[in-house]
Amino acid sequence: MIEEIGRTTEGDLIINIGPQHPATHGVLHLVITLNGETIKKVEPHLGYIHRSIEKMCESLSYRQFIYVTSRMDYLSSHINNHGCALCVEKGLQIEVPLRAQFIRVLMDELTRIASHELWWGAMAMDLGAFTPFFHAFRERETITDIMEKTCGARLTMNYIVPGGVMAELHPDFQKDVKRFIQLYKSKFEEYNELVTGNVIFQNRMKSVGVLSKKDAISYGCTGPVGRASGVFCDIRKLYPYDIYNKIEFEEITETEGDSFARYLVRLKEMQQSIRIIEQLLDNIPEGDFQAKTKAVLKLPKGEFYQRVETARGELGVYIVSEGGTTPYRIKFRSPGFSNLSALEHMVKGLKIGDLVAAMGSLDLVIPDIDR
Amino acid sequence: MFSLENITRFIHEWLNGHFNPTFALFMEFGLVGVAAITLFAFLGLSLVWMERKVAAVMQIRIGPNRVGPKGIFQTTADTLKLLMKEGLVPDGADKFLFNLAPFIVMIVAMLILAPIAFAKNIQIWDINIGVLYLSAVSSLSVIGILMAGWASNNKYSLLGAMRSGAQIVSYELSAGLSVLSIVVMTGSLSIKDIILSQQNGWWIFKAHIPALISFIIFIIAVTAETNRAPFDMAEAESELTAGFHTEYSGMRFALFFLAEYINIFIVCAIGATLFFGGWMPLHIGNWQAFNHIMNYIPSSIWFFGKTIGLIFLIMWFRWTFPRLRIDQLLNLEWKYLLPISMFNLLLMTVVAIMGWHF
Repeated sequence: MIEEIGRTTEGDLIINIGPQHPATHGVLHLVITLNGETIKKVEPHLGYIHRSIEKMCESLSYRQFIYVTSRMDYLSSHINNHGCALCVEKGLQIEVPLRAQFIRVLMDELTRIASHELWWGAMAMDLGAFTPFFHAFRERETITDIMEKTCGARLTMNYIVPGGVMAELHPDFQKDVKRFIQLYKSKFEEYNELVTGNVIFQNRMKSVGVLSKKDAISYGCTGPVGRASGVFCDIRKLYPYDIYNKIEFEEITETEGDSFARYLVRLKEMQQSIRIIEQLLDNIPEGDFQAKTKAVLKLPKGEFYQRVETARGELGVYIVSEGGTTPYRIKFRSPGFSNLSALEHMVKGLKIGDLVAAMGSLDLVIPDIDR
Repeated sequence: MFSLENITRFIHEWLNGHFNPTFALFMEFGLVGVAAITLFAFLGLSLVWMERKVAAVMQIRIGPNRVGPKGIFQTTADTLKLLMKEGLVPDGADKFLFNLAPFIVMIVAMLILAPIAFAKNIQIWDINIGVLYLSAVSSLSVIGILMAGWASNNKYSLLGAMRSGAQIVSYELSAGLSVLSIVVMTGSLSIKDIILSQQNGWWIFKAHIPALISFIIFIIAVTAETNRAPFDMAEAESELTAGFHTEYSGMRFALFFLAEYINIFIVCAIGATLFFGGWMPLHIGNWQAFNHIMNYIPSSIWFFGKTIGLIFLIMWFRWTFPRLRIDQLLNLEWKYLLPISMFNLLLMTVVAIMGWHF
């Protein structure tokens, strides 16, 4: 295989993008076949950061395995934990206190904003603009500070546990979040001025990496990638969990399906997340933050599935239980894997620069793809 | 006054008074050489520092602040580090061309320095076809870049060099045409004459809107010619890791890096000379008193002030704009800039013939 790379019968140029490459944001390895600058073929090679998380989970108890899942899609670790906790609760039929549900959703949406902020900076950086990255991190830092105060961690939170959340909110939580919302709203216009409205940026993004609605469905694209192609795939709307069915927010969709549509979907989603947070923040009910559960959790024999909407799309948690203290088999349906599979379809016949733009707009997190 | 002009005149007179004229001339050659190399190193280091600080301001951070006051010795430290590093030559590389390429880029940058007037009466070589010389020599640097890309035997480098070749050759045209429009106004190719023709006002003010258009085209074209963002297709780190200098390390890389900044300085100096009167102070028509006050500021300060202003503009571009795609880049040149600058040249000629400028 290695000998073959670099040589084709037609005399095309074969280039390895990755596993160490600035555009792949991790250890993704793309073998691309080029004709001059035009892309003929894109072949993702996976497995560079495979940690066998699913296999590891089989030897961990139902309380323990959630911590490992923070390391899958590390940018939306809260939501990963949330999905796993919901799945276990479904099996045990635990009633989660309302306060815990509020806290979970608040944390989910804060995570979503933080993830989209980072993506926004990285997207601009993929296109060669460095400054937006720092501007994005200015706001994102406030969120990680909020997380740090309540959860004690800034990236892999492990805060959501079966039955509720790990600990009570920090007393400053509401004040801090309000300050963040104020900061975010004052800076949001800057995002549009610096990046969205830029002619070069729009030229690089518009009609690049087009994914039609039909293709988006057949590749299983979810999250902002699917919604930018006009697929209504927001799990928060389709299969509401916790208190999402009581909250008012819009499901953002675009019809163009190009990189710019994906960009716009994420930008608007951030504002919807702000809207959700504003609705919940002042109405957090009093009560327990965690339901009373047994010390050792044992799921009844059977199969359990729960899906949640992470920042990147639909995360499915599938647990097969034999009735013991550890799961018999766990499978995660990660959004990044399906989104990556559409990449070749999107960029065939375009230039190398477009590959980077399209890949950036997919918002790939490699540990999520490999697990 | 301690203006550069007086210092050089003093040195010249002292040398001629103490030695015979031929020997004095050779000594002046030596002095100029040393001065040029010193200026080269100084400019490279200080511009890298300036870029870092400008980037820091744009990106709401502090920038280098550890080595020396305000981090001014940071780039010196970095250069020393690069000097001590191993200059790796890849196995499959063409060793001779690989080693030669950074020097070609550097030598070309040094050659362009010759006809630039740094202050009143300070010019290394007052060649009568100065502007022609500048555009001829500045297009040589693409040879060094192509050489680096080809000799590295790396696909990224090759793609970067290919892009760079297409880019520099195309943007050379617009840059040349916008330079030509000022030549049309002045009626001379000599840098000295061009500066002297701006005695009663800079061309950017005197020649109305055509001069402004050609200045804008000039700035865009030279940004592309020096491979700076938003036209840094040759490097494009998110696409080609580091483009044509992917395989370079140690001091060879530093030579590319320094040459880039020298080139920025040179193109900005040319821009300042053509459009902003070089070392010529800001003069407004017949305002004798105002012009007199302006003359008190040394000419070297005027020159470096204008140049640094333009350099800041180019750095500002880099830290604001995303990168163009290669086909958009060539479209911009061939479909927009070139027709506009051709038409603008015509317009400028009409303005010059009819004497509509001030």
